[in-house]
Amino acid sequence: MTDWTDIGALTDIPARGARIVKTHTGCIAVFRTAEDEVFAIDDSCPHRGGPLSEGIVHGRSVTCPLHNMVLRLDTGIAQGADEGSVNTYAIRVESGRLMLDTARLQRKSVA
Amino acid sequence: MTKKLVVIGAGMASGRMLEHLFETQPGAWDVTLFNAEPRGNYNRLMLSPVLSGEKTYAEIVTHDAAWYEEHGVTCRFGEKVLRIDRAARIVEGANGPVPYDRLVIATGSNPFMIPLPGHDLKGVIPYRDLEDTERMMGLGARPGSKAVVIGGGLLGLEAAAGMAAQGVDVTVVHVMGHLMERQLDEAAGYLLKKALEAKGITVLTAANSKEIIGTDGHVSGLTLDDGTMLPCDLLVMAVGIRPNVALAQDAGLAVGRGIHVDDAMVTSDAHILGLGECVEHAGAIFGLVAPLYDQAKVAADTLGEKPASFVPKEVATKLKVTGCDLFSAGDFAAGEGRDDIVFRDPSRGVYKRLVLEGERLIGAVMYGDTSHSAWFHGLIKDRTDVNDMRDTLIFGPAFQGGAQADPLAAVAALPADAEICGCNGVCKSRIVDAIQGGAVTLTDVRAQTKASASCGTCTGLVEQVMALTLGDDFEVQTVKPMCPCTPLTHMDVRRLIKSRELKSMPAVMQECGWTTSCGCASCRPALNYYLLCDWPGEYQDDDQSRFVNERMHSNIQKDGTYSVVPRMWGGITTPGELRAIADAADKYQVQTVKVTGGQRIDLLGVKKQDLPDIWADLNAAGMVSGQAYAKGLRTVKTCVGTDHCRFGTQDSTGLGIRMEKALWGSWTPAKVKMAVSGCPRNCAESTCKDVGVICVDSGYVLHIGGAAGLHIQGTVVMCTVKTEDEVMEYTAAVVQLYREEAAYLERMYKWLDNVGLDHIVQRVVTDGDSRRALADRFFYAQQFMQQDPWAERTKPAYRALYAPLADFTVEAAE
Ligand code: SRM
Ligand SMILES: Cc1cc2nc3c(=O)[nH]c(=O)nc-3n(C[C@H](O)[C@H](O)[C@H](O)COP(=O)(O)OP(=O)(O)OC[C@H]3O[C@@H](n4cnc5c(N)ncnc54)[C@H](O)[C@@H]3O)c2cc1C
Ligand code: SF4
Ligand code: FES
Repeated sequence: MTDWTDIGALTDIPARGARIVKTHTGCIAVFRTAEDEVFAIDDSCPHRGGPLSEGIVHGRSVTCPLHNMVLRLDTGIAQGADEGSVNTYAIRVESGRLMLDTARLQRKSVA
Repeated sequence: MTKKLVVIGAGMASGRMLEHLFETQPGAWDVTLFNAEPRGNYNRLMLSPVLSGEKTYAEIVTHDAAWYEEHGVTCRFGEKVLRIDRAARIVEGANGPVPYDRLVIATGSNPFMIPLPGHDLKGVIPYRDLEDTERMMGLGARPGSKAVVIGGGLLGLEAAAGMAAQGVDVTVVHVMGHLMERQLDEAAGYLLKKALEAKGITVLTAANSKEIIGTDGHVSGLTLDDGTMLPCDLLVMAVGIRPNVALAQDAGLAVGRGIHVDDAMVTSDAHILGLGECVEHAGAIFGLVAPLYDQAKVAADTLGEKPASFVPKEVATKLKVTGCDLFSAGDFAAGEGRDDIVFRDPSRGVYKRLVLEGERLIGAVMYGDTSHSAWFHGLIKDRTDVNDMRDTLIFGPAFQGGAQADPLAAVAALPADAEICGCNGVCKSRIVDAIQGGAVTLTDVRAQTKASASCGTCTGLVEQVMALTLGDDFEVQTVKPMCPCTPLTHMDVRRLIKSRELKSMPAVMQECGWTTSCGCASCRPALNYYLLCDWPGEYQDDDQSRFVNERMHSNIQKDGTYSVVPRMWGGITTPGELRAIADAADKYQVQTVKVTGGQRIDLLGVKKQDLPDIWADLNAAGMVSGQAYAKGLRTVKTCVGTDHCRFGTQDSTGLGIRMEKALWGSWTPAKVKMAVSGCPRNCAESTCKDVGVICVDSGYVLHIGGAAGLHIQGTVVMCTVKTEDEVMEYTAAVVQLYREEAAYLERMYKWLDNVGLDHIVQRVVTDGDSRRALADRFFYAQQFMQQDPWAERTKPAYRALYAPLADFTVEAAE
């Protein structure tokens, strides 16, 4: 089951940047790449919890601002020699609006 | 028996459908064709060549009066359909009703007009039909006329290029960071911008339109958010299209973004078909003709009761704007399991990028050389396994099928007159001659032939020629590239930015042959700094290429909160400032208030969303950002000096304040710290600062290159000067030299190690002209840099960025 929720406009996020969405189970970072793709992942680095939304975005990756771990935005998996991963959330753009699948959030908070 | 077919809209899609219909079902239909435009079907794509003067309207008509007559089509051109009565199966045109057995709605799209103030003025037009085209051509007939085009997509650029070809002075205003962002990546967008500018078109990217200005009801200009005013006689809006669904919606058909159709092109009413840009099929809408032609065939078959279904295909864009060779197809975003193959030929202005996923080519962007675009497009469409030709894929079909070539053998096979260095026109034999004449290193070859001395992208080739000629005697020089995106060093890149006047990040990446499409977390901050340093006032700082602290203008803490450090000039504060700091600490529940090692106060543990507010409060009390986060000037520490101290020889406090006020805001390769001590007892610790001043009776001893960080490093003396004014000039000059010469993240002492003290003394002390020129350049740049970043970010446009996009914790609580 999916539950697409409008969380704002694509243009609310700077290209190659991110904004966060607050939830009961922690923040989700919503990224916009140079090519206007969007991805949503947990805003907490698997290394030591760095805010990934503040990292530099390049291609479909982000470099954590605290100690430079590189994570893929599409899979949430750490690149190179590093290990670890973060949750990813379904998100899409519809007529310029950001639609986040919040079904998983609700399930998470019920559990 | 003939059945009655009514078609609404005589456009590209319905025209093609009628052709199929008359071919496969001759005589089966009695057709009535409505068109709101006062003419029949013409090739809308060719409006651009009409605009630029390469073609006439007569040449682009696809169906003329004779054709309609031959097929017995009742033409009701210039007549709009007002209503569809589905129950009675009647279409009501402006001049009367027509009954139908089957109806085809092919009403195309409506251009979207941004509802800016003034959008309804005369002279504000879209670009869709012949009337619009004629309006633009009319402008060309009047010398000195100006036009503004809002929208840097395919259509906007065709309008701009067409009008420019007619002699109109055209400005394109595009809201995104690069042109045609839907079809092109940033690199290709850069080349396109350059080509359009070469045609005399002004291109403004990342530009927000604010208001259309009119005089006597007619457009006279456009203002932008940043206050820019662009005068114009005509304003063309080409910002997108919306499927024209009004008729279908009124008739109660199922409509989403477009009119819903199934695979057979039938709408929610079995008697009505939808076709073209007005429809929505499986969630997709359309804006290019290729899929519409497929739809037209399916629609014709459906009318003939022949089963057919529409299958959307991969579409490619080839831009027809005169002189710009451009192609994009498929999905060209970078991604997991995807590989980029990038080829750039800076001297020819060529950029090609292939995106591979597993064994398949899934996307391609090309600029400047699209000769093999059809082949690449074929590989994408057919999902061909390209694994075996991966290494040579980007060179096109001619290179496939042979044995995997040894690069050295390939260079050996080159004829003596083959050009190796395109920038300097150096051929192979000249390099061989130089080597045989005694050149043994790359530096020698560069000095003697200039090969690889400009853009450097042929360095590898030159080295191969050397390896061939010198055999075992040749050792490849090990220079450390800037990052994995380029073989060039920091210094190579800095040199090229200057010598080739590269003024944007895409420009650097193209002209220096970057192997990635948008850089990485190492090179982007460095390039941003180099460009900012070398082109003050011209280069637009790129926030997204800065590390978090510099982007947020605060230091991030381990728990994701921030620290806020206001400037305290020379370590001097006032009760008023202290009160404001104390109030702010209370109001924003600051976790820790600490006196720093830099003689000022740090408020640690401020929440991100509170930053703009705390800054506004501190600004109101007259304080600005202390830039405790910047690769830039941090602090100028001082001691009490002659004001109070019995040993003080000069006004060390006053001089420190003067220095901090003159130097704050400047960006530097790494952080810069300074100090002024009133006597050689050195209470301000001047001898471990990047620039330290020790006051003596006879004047000021200037020290440089100290640090007390990871590596404790005492300063060296640069010189002694007599007056405060001299201190200011010498300091500005040495900082500017460091700004211009050091690699990013190289602190002053490391740069000093690399270039040597003699070089610095020569440029800053001995040679007075050089010093004054350096100081002038520094202060010129400062006029753009000395803007308090906090004040800027408390403005509404920025504020939003500090707040969450959405907050589900609040909603759930309600
Ligand atoms: C706040 C402060 C410590 C204090 O409480 O006194 C401090 C705090 C930090 N220092 Fe420092 N340094 C502080 C004075 C110093 C000094 C003393 C000085 O400036 O006289 C030094 C030695 C002098 C020097 O820089 O050469 C110093 C040498 C460093 C270094 C090592 C630099 C080097 O080149 O080796 C780093 C690491 C770096 O910059 O990469 C560093 C980095 C940091 C960072 C920015 C670490 C980081 O990246 O997050 C700390 C930020 C904390 C925060 O969130 O505010 N800090 N740091 C001082 C702020 C001064 C100011 O008012 O701006
Ligand atoms: C300048 C320009 C350049 C282009 N270049 C390219 C290109 O290079 N490549 C590409 O693939 N595509 C290009 N396109 C897009 C392409 O032209 C369209 O995709 C195509 O024309 C759409 O065909 P259509 O039949 O759906 O609509 P249209 O061709 O727009 O036809 C719809 C017709 O319906 C009429 N109509 C609307 N409502 C009513 C009504 N109520 N009653 C009667 N008639 C009505 C309209 O007047 C119009 O004539 C370009 C478009 C333009 C404007
Ligand atoms: S000494 Fe280390 S821990 Fe202390 S403030 Fe400086 S960088 Fe941070
Ligand atoms: S917290 Fe992200 S790399 Fe350390």
